[in-house]
Amino acid sequence: MRKDSFLWLTLMSSFIVLLFVTVPLLRMLTAPSLASLWETIRDPEVYRSIWLSLYTGVSAAVICFVFGTPLAYILARSEFRGKKLVEAIVDLPIVIPHPVVGIALLGLVGKNFWLGRLMHEIGLRIVGSPSGIIMVMTFVGLPFYLQAAKEGFASVSPRLEYVSRSLGASMFSTFIHITFPLAWRSILSGIIMCCARAISEFGAVIIIAYHPMIAPVLMFERFQSFGLRYSQPVAVWLIVVCLLLFLSLRLVGGGRRAGRGSRA
Amino acid sequence: MSLRIENLTVDLGQFKLENINLTLETGDFFALLGPTGAGKSVLLEALVGLVPQSAGEIYIDERRISGLSPEARGIGIVYQDYALFPHLSVLDNIRYGLKFNTKKSGVAHPPKAAAATVVNELSSLLGLNHLLHRYPATLSGGEQQRVALARALVVKPDILLLDEPLSALDPNFRQELRGHLKNLHAISGATFLMVTHDFSEALSLARHAAIMAGGGIEQSGTIEDIFRRPTTAVVADFVGMKNLFKVEFSDDAAYCGEVEFRIGRRPEPGSGYIAIRPEDLILSKNQLVSSLQNSFKGKISAVRSHGFFYEIDLTVKTLTFTAVITNHAFFDLNPVVDKYLYLSFKATAVHLF
Repeated sequence: MRKDSFLWLTLMSSFIVLLFVTVPLLRMLTAPSLASLWETIRDPEVYRSIWLSLYTGVSAAVICFVFGTPLAYILARSEFRGKKLVEAIVDLPIVIPHPVVGIALLGLVGKNFWLGRLMHEIGLRIVGSPSGIIMVMTFVGLPFYLQAAKEGFASVSPRLEYVSRSLGASMFSTFIHITFPLAWRSILSGIIMCCARAISEFGAVIIIAYHPMIAPVLMFERFQSFGLRYSQPVAVWLIVVCLLLFLSLRLVGGGRRAGRGSRA
Repeated sequence: MSLRIENLTVDLGQFKLENINLTLETGDFFALLGPTGAGKSVLLEALVGLVPQSAGEIYIDERRISGLSPEARGIGIVYQDYALFPHLSVLDNIRYGLKFNTKKSGVAHPPKAAAATVVNELSSLLGLNHLLHRYPATLSGGEQQRVALARALVVKPDILLLDEPLSALDPNFRQELRGHLKNLHAISGATFLMVTHDFSEALSLARHAAIMAGGGIEQSGTIEDIFRRPTTAVVADFVGMKNLFKVEFSDDAAYCGEVEFRIGRRPEPGSGYIAIRPEDLILSKNQLVSSLQNSFKGKISAVRSHGFFYEIDLTVKTLTFTAVITNHAFFDLNPVVDKYLYLSFKATAVHLF
């Protein structure tokens, strides 16, 4: 009896949790009429903002991939003093409130700091520019990439690296031929997670760059000026485009390596 | 080529290898034996260059390799769990090492045309030709270990380290792979160093051996010496079976000089030794009338007390047997040096190697 009621309780609460996530999304997706969706995507302001969101998000993920991969590998492979501290630092962007991130970065690249003035003098515009948006997105997306890549590297047995080196491969060759391909699926997941997190950022971005408008900022503005019905279609388009992007990344990236048997 | 380890010390914090001295002759098949936790695997990793050594030197012939990176040492390694690259086909696994043309290293890479020949030869020799396009996850343990051997030997290492290569395999595969190891050792001319905790494996494959315990070498020498003349209690305990004889087999009998043993079965091909545990020998004052198939009259050459039991050495023609008897039996038999006793044991008590 008690076992039965316990089972019902767990099922019911699981169901409620799932509804809580899916219902608002479904409601939003189905709210705009096809006509308003069509009209929205023909609006240059909308597709420009979605395109800006996509390419800044992807750029942030690529930057995380290039600069984060070595750190992820070190964190997965070696034990050293202060490793816990490094891991805590890497996770900071997750726990800091988003506007705080924006303010912190603005303090660095704004005109009241020498670095910002220097960048301004050599013509590098961060505030109110796509590079500023990419910087913010990289900051908030980095922990997601590092975590996934680290787990990927940790799942590759060090023995495979040992064998590779005993066969004459240098550390670098071993990384290229063995470790990286075997960790690739996790790395790809990390890239997608990082990209998704970057595109969803709002609070930090509006402090660095209200204009040019990324899609979330445009949604916010339309909601403020015209109301819910004008911001919903933009949201639908952003979600659809992002899903297509991530799906194609999975297909392209997964297809090349994954078909070849399981990871032992 | 020969391998010389001088005063090697490795300090891993909780575990320490201290003052390891070993010499492996060119083309030797050397077994490194010892209980779990003795430091055998750590020694292998130190030889490959995967754990840093704090003192000592390692030489291959006259080339000093201590301090070199793993890829420059010319030492191959085969692990118990095979460690095949799961994302590469069998063929790509085998020829993996040929990609790296490291001129600085001691690894002598064959030129391209010859490389294909080497891959061919090894895969034929190990019966891998029909598996070349499969992936490791689809192979049996025995097949995977054969691929691992081919992959290690393709780059012609000076020294090949084998870390318990047979212990993860089914008994059937184990016998087969033993044959392969013997064969590969003969053909490749490489010096093999095999870690094992199974004495019968060592007996059937190796010429020389060392026993490790507690991070040090207890004894090294020929297999027979270690088996028959343990110099420390640890070795004696580890070896267990003291009555080891090199024999000629014929049908279900074994001959060592003039002594004939009834073994009641045919030995596996390649066997050359028999061994009998001292506690399996039955001593008596008069010849036993029983079903025991082996019975000899022997002259007592030594009597040693061990507190709870006695060890008696008996000489039968040219052979010396060691038997263990209880204190109670000791008073019954009253063994005195130069007196005679009868010695009997079952055919099934005879271990074949």
